[in-house]
Amino acid sequence: MYAQMIKTASNGVKSRDEMSPEERAFQDKIDNDIKIEPRDWMPDDYRKTLIRQIGQHAHSEVVGQLPEGNWITRAPTLERKMILLAKVQDEAGHGLYLYSAAETLGVTRDDMVEMLHAGRMKYSSIFNYPTLNWADIGAVGWLVDGAAIVNQVALQRTSYGPYSRAMIRICKEESFHARQGYHAIMKMAFGTPEQKRQAQDAVNRLWFPAIMMFGPNDSDSTHSEQSMAWKIKVKSNDELRQQFVDQTVPQIEYLGLDLPDPGIKWNQERGHYDFSDPDWSEFFNVIKGNGPCNVDRMNARVKAWEDGQWVRDGLMEHARKKAARKVAAE
Amino acid sequence: MAADTEKLLQFLLRTGDNTLVLSHRVSEWCGHSPILEEDIALANTALDLIGQAQMWLGYAAQVQGDGKSADDLAFLRDAWDFRNVLLCELPNGDFGRTLLRQFLFDAYQSVLMGRLIKSSDETVAGIAAKASKEVAYHVERSADTVVGLGDGTAESHKRMQVALDYLWPYVGEMFESDAVDTAMAEAGIAPDPASLRADFDALVGRVLAEATLTRPDSPFTHKGGRTGRMHTEHLGHMLANMQWLQRAYPGCEW
Repeated sequence: MYAQMIKTASNGVKSRDEMSPEERAFQDKIDNDIKIEPRDWMPDDYRKTLIRQIGQHAHSEVVGQLPEGNWITRAPTLERKMILLAKVQDEAGHGLYLYSAAETLGVTRDDMVEMLHAGRMKYSSIFNYPTLNWADIGAVGWLVDGAAIVNQVALQRTSYGPYSRAMIRICKEESFHARQGYHAIMKMAFGTPEQKRQAQDAVNRLWFPAIMMFGPNDSDSTHSEQSMAWKIKVKSNDELRQQFVDQTVPQIEYLGLDLPDPGIKWNQERGHYDFSDPDWSEFFNVIKGNGPCNVDRMNARVKAWEDGQWVRDGLMEHARKKAARKVAAE
Repeated sequence: MAADTEKLLQFLLRTGDNTLVLSHRVSEWCGHSPILEEDIALANTALDLIGQAQMWLGYAAQVQGDGKSADDLAFLRDAWDFRNVLLCELPNGDFGRTLLRQFLFDAYQSVLMGRLIKSSDETVAGIAAKASKEVAYHVERSADTVVGLGDGTAESHKRMQVALDYLWPYVGEMFESDAVDTAMAEAGIAPDPASLRADFDALVGRVLAEATLTRPDSPFTHKGGRTGRMHTEHLGHMLANMQWLQRAYPGCEW
């Protein structure tokens, strides 16, 4: 997941009559579930929207290393440390596939990184929350990756081929992450009273941020219509959020933890759980840069990039010298 | 514990603590490296090293024979009981120092594992056989990076030379021998560390030459890690992080 509030680059959905012949042929492909591939003609706005969405998704994977990395050096057993490291390594790998998918649209990874650092591209709001105790690591795997999977399973059917294929691959790894996260928090919830307290604290803090990951309510989601018509987005924010709540509430109950929202109740008539709306003013604040960790996360990324400049330059220069020596020898 | 068992245990702790402590250092890079590919590669290296630590310390716990596990050894010993060489516990510094330390250690490990696969102790030989495959690509990768950065820009060259000057006095400890090593060598379990030096020097000499880096002249060696006589100040801080949960909430399952 990790793509929220993607501003669709368009001035509203065109009717078939308003479309050019190229646009009509393009829309026909989409309507017939034929994937769009990098060399195919596509509307500029489709391209721009995808770059934003895939780029934001890639950035989220990369920034997402930080809250989990926060606990790698404090993981309580060798096995937990390995699982966590392997998970974070997977996230970095997802970042790579996604940057590559975005690059097929004619933007470079360096451009995207630069835009992120300049605040012109975003990453998911969830990574602006801190990981404060060990149970958070379980909760991140279970709730955050769990929410991501709900979105990404839907995105496997997205219209852009490289993005769809990246999602298929990523979903396989994410399911493993969610399972290991749930396993880790189970150990805490079923452990000593102190461990259970950590588990409850983690769920209480991360519940609303997790359900905010799906973005604003459909009624307030201004960019969705064109993205749905282009099948960049396949399900609405509220549909995905409901699906996540429905699958997660019984898991919280199984852990014997208190529900983090007193508004959670089974609604027989709807066949779904009711739940409280998150505090959307908090969400918009986090998106604007005022979350608990926005500044620290971005500073950490910018510092890594700037501190690494000499390394990238050095390796590039070496590659150039080596190539020159090879030419000279021939 | 019989004298020979005690010596075997010391040898296993030395070998295991090297990988445990270095894996921890490498894992500190997570999310902060110069480029995404390096985040992945560093995590990979750390993972391999933790896996090796699990095997060496698992065997050490078995030899110790009092029902402890690799985790007990990793998380519940204090600094004075650690037996890693000082090189492994040094702070990461910049990326160049981290990779140069990795290369010096990988070079040592590659020579050592090559010998240990022929150990008279089947468990040691088995662990070494597994580890040697990982060590082979670790040393290839760290050597390539050292060459790339040493023979890169003026700045990268300078930084690598600074890193080498800093790290070099910690190299000699890997080849120190004492009564533990003599006993291991006599039993055919492990080679005398001094006997690894020539191969190490040849490999390191080749790579440093290609990297256009100058090996410091001084034969001086810091030591005290592998005997436990005197670690650096850095190890205690590392353990404060690494062991915190186990110490704060003893006896839990995680």
